[in-house]
Amino acid sequence: MPRTSNDAFFWGLFSAGGTVAALLIPVHLFLFALAFPMGWLQEPTYGTLMDIVRLPLVRVYLFALCSLPLFHWAHRFRFTLYDGLQIKHLNEVIFAGCYGSAIVGTAVAGYLLWTI
Amino acid sequence: MNPESPNPLPHYTEYHPRWYRRPVSTYWWLGSWPYVRFILRELSSLAVAYFVGLTLMQIYGLSQGAQAYAELQEWLRQPAVLGLNSLAFLFAVFHTYTWFNAAPKAMAVRMGGKRVPEWAVAAPHYAAWMAASAFVLWFLLRR
Repeated sequence: MPRTSNDAFFWGLFSAGGTVAALLIPVHLFLFALAFPMGWLQEPTYGTLMDIVRLPLVRVYLFALCSLPLFHWAHRFRFTLYDGLQIKHLNEVIFAGCYGSAIVGTAVAGYLLWTI
Repeated sequence: MNPESPNPLPHYTEYHPRWYRRPVSTYWWLGSWPYVRFILRELSSLAVAYFVGLTLMQIYGLSQGAQAYAELQEWLRQPAVLGLNSLAFLFAVFHTYTWFNAAPKAMAVRMGGKRVPEWAVAAPHYAAWMAASAFVLWFLLRR
């Protein structure tokens, strides 16, 4: 019986998440982690931010922005542990830990964005 | 199994022979710059995960009201947090740089029987990055 593999599926998520991360994380980190807290740029008011976050399209956008990069991280970090630290004997634990975290993060993002 | 079958299965030894393998140090990648770059690229995924954690915190802060969000902003102004966020930002840019430079190697585009040069595949990715960043800036800063 041929061995079936999930590799293509996980690699697809890795690839999609990597592209989303490459396109959008720098500008988001710059604004929300540096420029807005430091007052370099004028942050929208709390009310405006809430109005923006509650737009359906923005909710979908933020959900993708959180979920896909998490699966990118899960795949890449898994192999960093394998190759970098050579802890191949913990294979199953690392796999469950990485993808489990990504799934939990996705669920938290979905809950927060649904209920906000 | 029929012992008189014409092609009997080969005999395997019960124990696998042990090959000699030179043990590799955990820090094998520290010796040369391309290896260090590779590990740094792989570690950029930690910045990606950190960004998601921060974003979820901010969405949670928003959902808890104006006071909670203001307190979160105050926390983000702490020097240690700013330092960590600056480092995460640098790694995020490094991820973008390595990701788009790897794109031409992953997508071998051919036109008229010739392979399109690498810069011509990477350039649209960088253009898309600029456009996406500009759109987010415009969306959040327009008055």
